[in-house]
Amino acid sequence: MSATTAATAPGAGQARTAPSASGPSALARVRRADRLRATTVVLVLGVLLAALAVTALAVGSVALSPAEVLGALAGEEGRARFIVTGLRLPRLALTLVVGGALGLAGALLQSVVRNPLASPDIVGLTGGASAAAVLAIAAGATGRTVDLAALGGALAAAGAVFGLSGRGVTGTRFIVVGVAVAFLANGFLGYGLTRASLSEAQSAFFWLVGSVGTAPWGDVLRVAAVLAGVGVVLLALRRPLAATGLDDDSARAIGARPVATRVTAILLSSVLAAVAVAVAGPVAFVAFVSGPIARRVRGRGSALVTATLVGGLVVVGADLVAQHLVPGSLEPPVGLVTGVLGSPFLIWLLVRGERRKELSA
Amino acid sequence: MTPASVRGRPVTAPAPGAATRRWAVPLALLGLVVVAVTISLCVGARTTGLPTVLTALLDPASLGRDSADVVVVRDLRVPRTVVGLLAGAALGLAGVVMQGVTRNPVADPGLLGVNAGAAFAVVLAISVVGVGSAVELAGFALLGALAAASLIAVIATSARAGAAPAILVVAGAAVTAGLTSLTTLVLLGDPAALDRYRLWTVGSLAGRDLDLASSLAPLQLVGAVGALALARALDALALGDDVARGLGFRPVPTRAAAVGAVVVLCGTATALAGPLVFVGLLGAHGARALVGGRHLRLLPVAAVLGASLVVLADSLGRVVVPPGELEVGIVVAAVGAPLLIALVRSGRAAGL
Repeated sequence: MSATTAATAPGAGQARTAPSASGPSALARVRRADRLRATTVVLVLGVLLAALAVTALAVGSVALSPAEVLGALAGEEGRARFIVTGLRLPRLALTLVVGGALGLAGALLQSVVRNPLASPDIVGLTGGASAAAVLAIAAGATGRTVDLAALGGALAAAGAVFGLSGRGVTGTRFIVVGVAVAFLANGFLGYGLTRASLSEAQSAFFWLVGSVGTAPWGDVLRVAAVLAGVGVVLLALRRPLAATGLDDDSARAIGARPVATRVTAILLSSVLAAVAVAVAGPVAFVAFVSGPIARRVRGRGSALVTATLVGGLVVVGADLVAQHLVPGSLEPPVGLVTGVLGSPFLIWLLVRGERRKELSA
Repeated sequence: MTPASVRGRPVTAPAPGAATRRWAVPLALLGLVVVAVTISLCVGARTTGLPTVLTALLDPASLGRDSADVVVVRDLRVPRTVVGLLAGAALGLAGVVMQGVTRNPVADPGLLGVNAGAAFAVVLAISVVGVGSAVELAGFALLGALAAASLIAVIATSARAGAAPAILVVAGAAVTAGLTSLTTLVLLGDPAALDRYRLWTVGSLAGRDLDLASSLAPLQLVGAVGALALARALDALALGDDVARGLGFRPVPTRAAAVGAVVVLCGTATALAGPLVFVGLLGAHGARALVGGRHLRLLPVAAVLGASLVVLADSLGRVVVPPGELEVGIVVAAVGAPLLIALVRSGRAAGL
């Protein structure tokens, strides 16, 4: 965030509340400031992500210098090449796409339900995906079947939450129904775990907290393809999506169909969450935290791109912590790091959000 | 003569109806418990007839000391029925106290993460501290429940009452998720503990023995008496802190005592049966529908409903997926989640 954007942001807010003051030029100024801020945020996050990526490729049991890493990526032969492109790059790529998919899934759901608590991990979408996947594993399924089961589970959970919360799908009712569905999914998940053999249960357990240990390129490409596909659809939907920021009557008045848009967005969010969960397990809280962080840095306007980048940043960072900063011989799965750090963040957000409301009331 | 009968009429006329009402609910509840216990003793992989059950209980010698029926009834079904009754009653009481003290219709010790706190402490005790005895485990469960309940209490007091129902549920989900992460961290390094934990975490009454129940029962009694002693204060709190103060109750010590009661009740229930979600919620709402809002009546009714629910859910779980068993926690979740949804949809949970 540069000094210019920080300086223009308050001015932009004023211009928006009093547009009659200087007519269309004020609107143009707001738009320009918004575009500038969007570009700056994406650039800054991109640079951060690149720095984190180089770090992830450089550190490990064999430490490499950044120059060696870049050289290996550019195709220089040598021992660094295998370590970087053979071992560390697939893992990095997987953390990146999984984080991006979860971040986007969360921000999308939060924005169309207009509630920061409506993230796939709180309203049971990832829970449904995990429960279905574990039940499939316990029934002896492997590979593609497990993926499909995860997708089915996420869609079933989304359908249940959507259908049961009724009218309009906004507000806290959606959230509480979602929490109930999440607990129900958790019950099924526990059932699947008790039916599996101990070794199956152990690997399922590892996967259940979200881990990116093994990363075949096929997985990376699958998640990346879904992420790209959803991105294209969202690009086409950007106007109806922007209209969901209004209340339903106003949205209808300008010709949007808010409920249809919301259903589409929930479907897309389920698909993203399911594909990420099928590959890496439900990495806790990534979908939840990415949206609020993205909105904080992005300001007003659509935060979906920002949230995708933030999601990637969070998971890559958490995986670095899990691999290198946790003491002891056990290398915890990345989902444990995000879970342990994300839970206090969520509670802090709840408590602080309430305080702020109290002040303004 | 005539004036007396006229005057007597309004006094006596409603009396028969009121008396029937007054006795109907306790009698129905008593019947429910008897039915639940009977089903729990008779039903299972091996169905036992009621006469056999009674003989096995009262006069085991006539069936032969080692007869399968005697072993199944006395050594397997009686312990899990007793454990189910104790755990269910404690959770029912805890649910009412929590809903009263947070003035929140969706409060439930499982939903709010108190049981997850107890579960985490139990895993720590098994894996890290190396505690073996059931009573020490229960001690750890109490400490864990205390920590989680205090955390929730802090969150509840910082949230505005109007927005509290949803905020609390999500805060509970967050506490549960964070504690589950920590629990998993411990378990991943310890396959033996994982094997014990995965069976315990779904909430199960199988394989519990009466020693644990009898050593925890006094503590549960203390919790139950504490909850009943708080009944009038909770009634006053339902009117708001200011009114409660005006009536001579002090809200802050009341809340602290209530948290203490909830901790004792949930900690012991979790130590007995594993983390059960929704029992408190179902018990409290069932009780409210039957006897209204006064806590002195709500509490015992919720205890009975919770106990019957757990025992019946356990019996159902024994027969629903033959030849295996469905753990009571899973059955309760399958019944409880739709109820929570129905509650939210009916709009009875104000503020949702």
